[in-house]
Amino acid sequence: MRARTNAKTKKSSANGNGRYLELRLYVAGQSPKSLAALANLKKFCAEHLDGQYELQVIDLVKTPQLAQNDQILAIPTLVRKLPVPMRKIIGDLSDSARVLVGLDLRDKAGAE
Amino acid sequence: MHKKGNGKVTPRMKRLDKSPTGIAGFDEVTNGGVPKGRPTIVCGGPGCGKTMFALEFLVRGAMDFNEPGVLMTFEETSEEMSKNVASLGFDLKKLAAKKKLVLEYVRIEPAEIQETGEYDLEGLFIRMQHAVKSIGAKRVVLDTLEAIFSGFSNTGMLRAEIRRLFRWLKDHGLTTVVTAEKGEGTLTRYSLEEYVSDCVIFLDHRVTDQISTRRMRVVKYRGASHIADEVPFLIDERGFSVLPSSSMKLNHGVSNERISSGVKDLDDMLEGKGFYRGSSVLVSGTAGSGKSSLAAQFAQQTCRDDERCLYVALEESPAQAMRNMRSIGIDLEKHVRKGLLRFEAWRPTQSGLEMHLLHIHKLVQQHKPATVVIDPLTSLMVGSTNQLHSMLMRLLDFLKTQQITGFFTALTSGRNKEIEETDVGISSLIDTWIFARDVELNGERNRCIYVLKSRGMANSNQIREFLMSKDGIRLLPVYVGSGTVLTGSARISQEARERAESLQRQQTAEEQQRVLSGKRKALEAQIAALRLEYAQEEARATLVKQHDERRERELSQEMLEMKSFRGGARREKIGGRNGKVGVEHES
Repeated sequence: MRARTNAKTKKSSANGNGRYLELRLYVAGQSPKSLAALANLKKFCAEHLDGQYELQVIDLVKTPQLAQNDQILAIPTLVRKLPVPMRKIIGDLSDSARVLVGLDLRDKAGAE
Repeated sequence: MHKKGNGKVTPRMKRLDKSPTGIAGFDEVTNGGVPKGRPTIVCGGPGCGKTMFALEFLVRGAMDFNEPGVLMTFEETSEEMSKNVASLGFDLKKLAAKKKLVLEYVRIEPAEIQETGEYDLEGLFIRMQHAVKSIGAKRVVLDTLEAIFSGFSNTGMLRAEIRRLFRWLKDHGLTTVVTAEKGEGTLTRYSLEEYVSDCVIFLDHRVTDQISTRRMRVVKYRGASHIADEVPFLIDERGFSVLPSSSMKLNHGVSNERISSGVKDLDDMLEGKGFYRGSSVLVSGTAGSGKSSLAAQFAQQTCRDDERCLYVALEESPAQAMRNMRSIGIDLEKHVRKGLLRFEAWRPTQSGLEMHLLHIHKLVQQHKPATVVIDPLTSLMVGSTNQLHSMLMRLLDFLKTQQITGFFTALTSGRNKEIEETDVGISSLIDTWIFARDVELNGERNRCIYVLKSRGMANSNQIREFLMSKDGIRLLPVYVGSGTVLTGSARISQEARERAESLQRQQTAEEQQRVLSGKRKALEAQIAALRLEYAQEEARATLVKQHDERRERELSQEMLEMKSFRGGARREKIGGRNGKVGVEHES
């Protein structure tokens, strides 16, 4: 169905949050912002998600037809497909605090 | 990829190439359409018709000019868009299935977006590029691009990206129409016109006296001449149409062909041949003076000649008008069924003057009639007279250039009988002007008609009486005598009176003749009697004379006898005496 252009990382063990995230990162080729976003995201996942996620990286230069489904305009865009509702974070994800807010994880983290 | 799929732009010297939009009238106003391969901004307030313009540009391009297009919408989904224009007969889905159109809906939901760090709109570019490539698009519409301003906070980045987008579109030779909302004191709210410097079109929708008019203005058109005036336009069930303004030149061709007015007697008044083809005919008159009947007769005549006629009724519904006309023996329905007659009726108050004329324009273009009847023209007088004049001029001009004979009626107020300088003030534009008026006399109201003027022909100067019956219209010579013009029963009674009088005169003459001949006979008889008398008298006189002579002779005989009887001396004496007598007698 969906072309998974980059390697998929999946870990099944539960983390403290009891949450499982399905993420998609939309990038455009090897642009600096795209590369920065991917690096920042990987770092963020390692720090905050404890393997409770599935990440799919989509390169729109290779598969432009995929942009419409998630209504992608800005590059890079990180989409949280699950849990619903869908969330979008645009930018190079350099501010991890904002990423936490964007992924709606901060309240949970704070409550713990 | 085709090279210049529609390169049939007039070979001007290195001028800006134009891409016809296919929108009725617009291409004439702009001398060819929007700049080819460049972006054009269409701006205006809400509901002014921006989207409609853009859509028609795209759909016409795909259908008529073989230029596939991409429709990128930022506010309405593809579904909504398809539904909105389905009423105009545009089937976006079908076009999309035929790869003539790509519908790309770009949804912007600020609530679900969080910004962290740097980004750009490469996603938009990728989508655009993909859409354009997928069908080899030549045209692009961005419907309310400004919506992206609500989705992203980094306006500096947005502006840079918009600039980049327009450049990209230009580089790819895409003829683009961008719609934008009107701003406070600016053409567009986000000053998009700064980026699109080639062509800016402003649409306006205003309401004056409860009547809405839509107007369009080409604010800017780089490198090309264009009409800078506001021109009215219309959006109806057939899409967007712009009323082309009248050409400056008066050089329409003329025809010497004559067409019948449908009323033989009226043709007789016009050299027996009727109107010139392509001329404008105005029938003005008071209420009920028979204008509509003449119009219907004319329409019928057109159809009988196997030509098309457009009948615009502004006061009656088609059914009503046709029923009424049947009463004077005109069956218009038959011609409607045959498709020769197109009968259109609408309320004059429904819209502004331009809208009416635009509507007529469209109908003329669809129906391609040989004659157009507008009954009555004065109903269009919703705007100022000034406006009406210029608008009618456009209409008449338009009809003339198409060699269409225009037949209009105008209602004149009954109060002022000398309204030959009509309220409409279009007398100078009219070629043949027929004036119908009522004559009130002896408790009757009768219709009279005359030809006020008719350019290029020796028209009759007579006033005729206008009679309508089951068999149609007749124009009778009115009674003109003893200094008055009589019509109706006054005319009939006058004619009867004249007949009686002449009969009487005749009788009198005969009588006199008889008397005279009697007299002559009497005289002749008298003469005869007198002659007779004379003859008798004469006869008697002769008789007496003869008698006398005889007696004389007898007497003298006697004397002689007596003389000889008495003898000698005595004889002499007596002889002397008697001789005297005898001499007397003899002489």
